[in-house]
Amino acid sequence: MVDLPQSCDVLVVGGGNAGLSAAITAREAGASVILLEHAPKAFRGGNSRHTRNLRLMHDSPTATLRGSYSSSEYWNDLLSVTSGKTDERLARFTIDGTSQLLPWMKAHGARFQPALEGTLSLSRTNAFFLGGGKALMNAYYAAAERLGVNVLYDTEVRSLCLARGMIREVFAVKNGASAAVRPKAVVVCSGGFQANIEWLREYWGDAARNFIIRGTPYAQGVVLKNLLEQGAAPVGDPTQCHAVAVDARAPKFDGGIVSRLDCVPFSIVVDRAGRRFYDEGEDIWPKRYAIWGRLVAQCPEQIAYAVTDAKSEKLSMPSAFPPIRAETIVELAGNLGIDAAALEATVRNFNQAVRPGKFDPGLLDDCRTEGINPPKTHWARPIDQPPFIGYPLRPGITFTYLGVKVDENARVIMQDGRSSANLFAAGEIMAGNILGEGYVAGVGMAIGAVFGRIAGREAAKVALR
Amino acid sequence: MRSAEVHLRVPESAGLQQGRRLVEICNACRYCEGYCAVFPAIELRRQFTSGDLSYLANLCHDCRACYYSCQYAPPHEFALNLPKAFSDLRLETYERYAWPRPLAALFRRNGIAASVLALLCTVLFAWMAKTPSRSAAGSENAGAFYAVVSEGVMIAISGAAFLFALLALAMGLRNFWRDTNSPSALDAPSLLAAFKDVFTLRNLGGGGDGCNNHDESFSQTRRYFHHSLFYGFLLCFASTYTAAVYEHIFGWISPYPFLSLPVLLGTVGGAAMLVGIAGLLQIKVTADPGPASKLLLDIDYSFLVLLFVAAATGLLLLAMRSTAAMGGLLAVHLGVIVSLFLILPYCKFVHGIYRAAALLRYAAERPRRSQNGAALTEGAGA
Repeated sequence: MVDLPQSCDVLVVGGGNAGLSAAITAREAGASVILLEHAPKAFRGGNSRHTRNLRLMHDSPTATLRGSYSSSEYWNDLLSVTSGKTDERLARFTIDGTSQLLPWMKAHGARFQPALEGTLSLSRTNAFFLGGGKALMNAYYAAAERLGVNVLYDTEVRSLCLARGMIREVFAVKNGASAAVRPKAVVVCSGGFQANIEWLREYWGDAARNFIIRGTPYAQGVVLKNLLEQGAAPVGDPTQCHAVAVDARAPKFDGGIVSRLDCVPFSIVVDRAGRRFYDEGEDIWPKRYAIWGRLVAQCPEQIAYAVTDAKSEKLSMPSAFPPIRAETIVELAGNLGIDAAALEATVRNFNQAVRPGKFDPGLLDDCRTEGINPPKTHWARPIDQPPFIGYPLRPGITFTYLGVKVDENARVIMQDGRSSANLFAAGEIMAGNILGEGYVAGVGMAIGAVFGRIAGREAAKVALR
Repeated sequence: MRSAEVHLRVPESAGLQQGRRLVEICNACRYCEGYCAVFPAIELRRQFTSGDLSYLANLCHDCRACYYSCQYAPPHEFALNLPKAFSDLRLETYERYAWPRPLAALFRRNGIAASVLALLCTVLFAWMAKTPSRSAAGSENAGAFYAVVSEGVMIAISGAAFLFALLALAMGLRNFWRDTNSPSALDAPSLLAAFKDVFTLRNLGGGGDGCNNHDESFSQTRRYFHHSLFYGFLLCFASTYTAAVYEHIFGWISPYPFLSLPVLLGTVGGAAMLVGIAGLLQIKVTADPGPASKLLLDIDYSFLVLLFVAAATGLLLLAMRSTAAMGGLLAVHLGVIVSLFLILPYCKFVHGIYRAAALLRYAAERPRRSQNGAALTEGAGA
């Protein structure tokens, strides 16, 4: 038997940043709130537990942010990463909403790193959670429980009964037993479907089997699919996901931030046959890291190898898994499991093609190759200084873009264009409204926080009417 | 680079290998860098020698904030439990640096060693004590300690024990300093910063909100109880030395009245110790076992119990110095104090020495951070 009340004012599906923002807000508005979290307590928080910061608009420096980051600058950044695939009204509305977030978050236990610490290039635009996203989730769960939100872990929502734009009933499963709740309003914050390999296979074929899912294994998209089947309007390209190149030795799920590698611009990248396939030095890494997931996904067996030498090793962040080292290229090929003769030939041709230049890892320098295809247009230096090092790469999926369409009150919009009476959405499940393509650090958390609070507020209004 | 490789060939303990595996993950993550000194110190390195790991393990104050905020903590397959790994490693380093080396074995037999020592010392003092005569017991001078154990014997034995402890601790400190490849010269700002860190326990604070004792919530209680014990201990020390100054410089002979400095310092210090010990024991008994090291917990308990007995017998002696029980109590208290001195270099006490040294090492390397920090973290795009 599931210990689940038969009814409540507001039911929140999913316990990440958006779900907790919604649950806390609805509870503070006076609603009785149940939050159903698919994961056990140890893995609660969805992908939020892997995050570190959120992007905030601010007019003047704060304790946690340097300088200022205007609404228009934020909008331009969003416009540029999404190539215009964004709903301007909702995007600008979200950006304005971020300026109100810091006091609310702090009041509910969030703690931030002081400005100037952490990743320097982001300390103006992004506030960093002290201890990271899991610490933020811990604080939010504590706040929710203090307020009397009824949190149930290990509880998966399988379906929602959506009739004429209205949720009547929600069906959940806990420890194999099923139960139904009849809430007055529902907020879905259950994320995308990036952990559902079978669903990914519909678009990527068998290649999807070799994808590494950087975040939570609980993002199965069950609620998303269920709502779309019942007439919720979709948003975002269903075939697209945000994919970066990660260390192939990372866990299949939940590897998070440490699966990241940033050695590509200072390496050559080869496939299993030992051949290069793309310009590794096309642009600075923050602008190019997101294309490498797709590039590796297109390689045979979805694997590639970054190869460089001793002089370039320290240019990238330390990696969670030590680099694979060898005194010769042939030995390195053996250690990596790629064709030795081919790799040796690739490195030799590359080294001969390198033109002299002034190496500078911080800008687009003039170290490039001539006469090879593909070229390496920056940071090309001969790979000749042992020990040689290599990293195996795989596509790492961060999130999917498909979601449900919402209005600015976070109400889910149905295919007939009408807003649902009592169904709201926040977080990754609706982020595609604003982020139709690409990604910029901390914007997912910003959308979740802004829309989570709106959804909680509006759901409580409906429930208490 | 070369030397690191040579170093890696030396067979290493499972504790060191575990520590290295974990800090390499931490160095790629860096989410915890705002919590304490350990993470900025990790970020200054790419490869971790056994000396580096020893330094980091001793820099860790075991506040456990990183355990509860870690996305890779068990049951994640990385099973990242830094407080536990560092606690296990600290015990290893205590043994590795112990002088003379054979006595390192005492670390894992703290309870037994301390009890046997205390018993032997007590018996020794009791045997040496002049049997209190009927007249002494009933006279106004009943509190005259030296009527029980002669001053010379008291000073000689406890002084010898104390000097031995100092020597052994100094040798251990030297071993730590060399093994962690710490600098030979230190500047005043570093000393000042380390001094502040030691006396405020700034790092025992999960970034300012305190430790995690039982769960994800933060609390300052452990820090306050530790302060109570630590400052109480210092007051008791001050009491002893004020008494020595009274005695040998001013020629004022003990016992001193209750409102005198040595008695006040000792009373307040002893009481503060008892409060601190009780609080720390309560926290340890009820703490979440997840991030705790079973091995280190054993020596935590025996050290706390030993300090408790030392403070309690001292206070009891003070309270009953005018009664017939004084003779026996004095022998017990002196026995406990001398055995405490003797066991100091082989018990949890050393954590204070190595922690202070690690904080000093951190203070000395910290300035490098502001110059290198940018270069090290600039690449963190995602």
